[in-house]
Amino acid sequence: MFAYYLDLALRSLRRNQVLTTLMVLALALGIGACITTLTVLKLLSGDPMPQKSSRLFYPQIDPLPLAGYVAGEAKPQDTLTYVDAMNLLHARKAERQVVTALTRAKVSPLHLGQRPFFSDGVMTTADFFSMFDVPFQYGGGWSADDESNHARVAVIAGFLNDKLFDGANSVGKVIRISEHDYRIIGVLKPWAPQPRFYAEMLGGRSYGDGDAVFLPLESARADAMDPGNVNCYAMGGMSKLETAPCMWVGMWVELRDASDAVGYKSFLSNYVQQQIALGRMHRPEVALPALMPWLRSMQVVPDDVRLQAGLAFGFLLICVVNTVGLLLAKCLRRSPEIGVRRALGASRAAIFAQFMVEAGMIGLAGGVLGLVFAELGLWAIRHQPAQYASLARLDVEMFFFTFVVALVASLIAGILPAWRACVVAPAPQLKAA
Amino acid sequence: MKLHPIVAALRKHKAGTVLIALQIALTLAIVCNAIFIIGQRVERVNRPTGLDESNLFLISQQWVGAPSADTPEGVDKLDAMQREDLVALRNLPGVAAVAPTNSLPLLNSAWTGSVSLKPGAVAGDKTGTRTAYYFTDEQVFPTLGLKLVAGRAFNAGDVQHQGFRDNPPRPVAIITKALADKLYPQGGAVGKVMYSDGSSAPTTIVGVVQRLQIPSSGSFGGDFAWNSTLIPTRLDANYARYAVRTRPGQLDAVMHAVTPLLYKVNPLRVLDDDSVRPFSDIRVKAYRADVGMAVLMGVICLILIAVTAAGIVGLTSFWVGQRHRQIGVRRALGARKIDILHYFQIENLLIAGVGAVVGVLLAVGLNLWLMTHYEMTRIPVLYVLTGVLAMLAIGQAAVFVPARRASNVPPVVATRSV
Repeated sequence: MFAYYLDLALRSLRRNQVLTTLMVLALALGIGACITTLTVLKLLSGDPMPQKSSRLFYPQIDPLPLAGYVAGEAKPQDTLTYVDAMNLLHARKAERQVVTALTRAKVSPLHLGQRPFFSDGVMTTADFFSMFDVPFQYGGGWSADDESNHARVAVIAGFLNDKLFDGANSVGKVIRISEHDYRIIGVLKPWAPQPRFYAEMLGGRSYGDGDAVFLPLESARADAMDPGNVNCYAMGGMSKLETAPCMWVGMWVELRDASDAVGYKSFLSNYVQQQIALGRMHRPEVALPALMPWLRSMQVVPDDVRLQAGLAFGFLLICVVNTVGLLLAKCLRRSPEIGVRRALGASRAAIFAQFMVEAGMIGLAGGVLGLVFAELGLWAIRHQPAQYASLARLDVEMFFFTFVVALVASLIAGILPAWRACVVAPAPQLKAA
Repeated sequence: MKLHPIVAALRKHKAGTVLIALQIALTLAIVCNAIFIIGQRVERVNRPTGLDESNLFLISQQWVGAPSADTPEGVDKLDAMQREDLVALRNLPGVAAVAPTNSLPLLNSAWTGSVSLKPGAVAGDKTGTRTAYYFTDEQVFPTLGLKLVAGRAFNAGDVQHQGFRDNPPRPVAIITKALADKLYPQGGAVGKVMYSDGSSAPTTIVGVVQRLQIPSSGSFGGDFAWNSTLIPTRLDANYARYAVRTRPGQLDAVMHAVTPLLYKVNPLRVLDDDSVRPFSDIRVKAYRADVGMAVLMGVICLILIAVTAAGIVGLTSFWVGQRHRQIGVRRALGARKIDILHYFQIENLLIAGVGAVVGVLLAVGLNLWLMTHYEMTRIPVLYVLTGVLAMLAIGQAAVFVPARRASNVPPVVATRSV
């Protein structure tokens, strides 16, 4: 029977080409717009570390003075001071912990004739690479000893390696960063988590290519490299950032599970109480969000992207309503034909099924055309100069999702017309009009 | 024209009527809000910064092997290097004025702080007013084209220099009118004092400029976007920014001449591809997202209206087909072609009217929801009314073709039995 319905559906669609085209086009536009915006939304709000995101936590405390403090309203700050970060780091209460800051590293190529250029650099501590599962192509990271000795070692990204050394194994070679020679000890495979969660609030962009250079924090600071975002909460000169009343580092800890998180949070509270007793801090609020909740509270996904996704859904809704109307028109126009089928013995369910199959066919056609429109939309986005532009691509998941959306939309649209068709009384239709 | 027959006829086609009304309502709700968003974005993008933006460009450069700014000798050496650059730039043919600056409006790299009428105010204290600082010299007025509305501009005697991390007292400053109105609402800010960033040393306000936007173009600077403070101090660091105004028509020539000139003055520096940027470029980059959003909204609106119009055409054609015989009977009884046309037009007006009323409610509801979740403002009544009129007009235009077809049905149809 299904093949028969398909045949009937094809005939009917071919008979009314204008109406069919209208329906398929409207549905396809709605689906194309939806899939385009959903792909971008999925890209931007996805989990950058799916294998670990529930175990990565971001300690937050509040070193601000009491002026203007309202208990219950005050929230902990988004970055830490150097002193607090180092205290927490050296306490070693978590499996792994890392302290990060961003910097603009000035790379001076050793070839004559190539001018120096700026690239994105990360000043961090030894656990960064193991904690975030950063893949190495050559070499590895540095050790805690390297850090305490202020060793001038660097890990560079694959694309920087390609630019400076034509992709060869450059471990052991020297790279000149901010007028000091750094020895390369590792080269990374392409690695660019979206969003760049470890750089949030540190002065960098949230999406895009990965960072070019990774340096030990103490070595980079000893060479006077400045962090991207410095937030000072009191007077007292910024000349020595390490001791100044300024927040400019972010810290991540890796814990085993949620119960460990409770334990770490109480350790954090105890640390803050200690500091309050010493007179260094005044506010007791702490926070320890996991990776995804923290990204959400930072509102990393631009409002505009969410607005566009909402708009696309509204668009799809209107297209579905449109399809319902046109399908209804088509179905009721064929009332005589339905009357004949019913008179010949078709049950109401059979008529219902016939028209649902027709709606499904329109959905499939709409899905195929919608895919074309979605590719067009994503192409347009790739040519927009946004941070995430080059990453806007349709993946396999979204490809199948397109057809699912199209079928569901068209079947929902088909319910009312199919029901109205199946309640058509056969007798009046068979009499001469 | 009596409405009763029309309403009675519609009651027999409830599903179709509801669908058209629903489509019109949804389209109205979305299009009204989309046009409102477009209007807001266009307004944002067109805000004047307060500068004279023509013939203006920015140089951002960094020295290689420069002395450290942490010692007084280092600071003096860096200042000498900066003054060297400024002299060379000012002597370049085609240049009208040059001023050193730490940032420009829309550059999105800001030094922010707060000013207060009380000395010693600290961070978090609600009595302070947020502001962004521009550290520059006395040439800032001719370079940026700012308009002074009270007091005086800086003179060479006001200008000092400091290492960029130092915190010396700031004896004088010029603020924007917005900031002056906040600090001294009764007026007369010139000659009065303010205290910046919790300092106990007073800063005398020597002048007020009409308008100067802070460097942040996004929502970060939303509530203090027009509160800028100009400090007559050159910042000394291993990098420097210079704002350059050229004579009319000389912008490209000077932009090309600047890089070789600076390398000639001191080859130990880094100038890459975006070290020399015209202000128009800075403006385009700052508002790129807003323009993109406005364009997208516009395209979606057009497509939505087209889809709704097509739906109306389709459904109305179907009704005309269904009522073929009834139209024939009416014509046979004496109705003119124009009466049939009017019948369908009024029918459409009724449906569209109901749809528009529901649509207005949906539009306002959607706007309220957007206000809570997306920082929008209340939609003005004008937009909603325009939307209603537009949807009614579109409905009428869409129904015209099927209605004309209906009016062409000959009266003889009434006599046929098929």
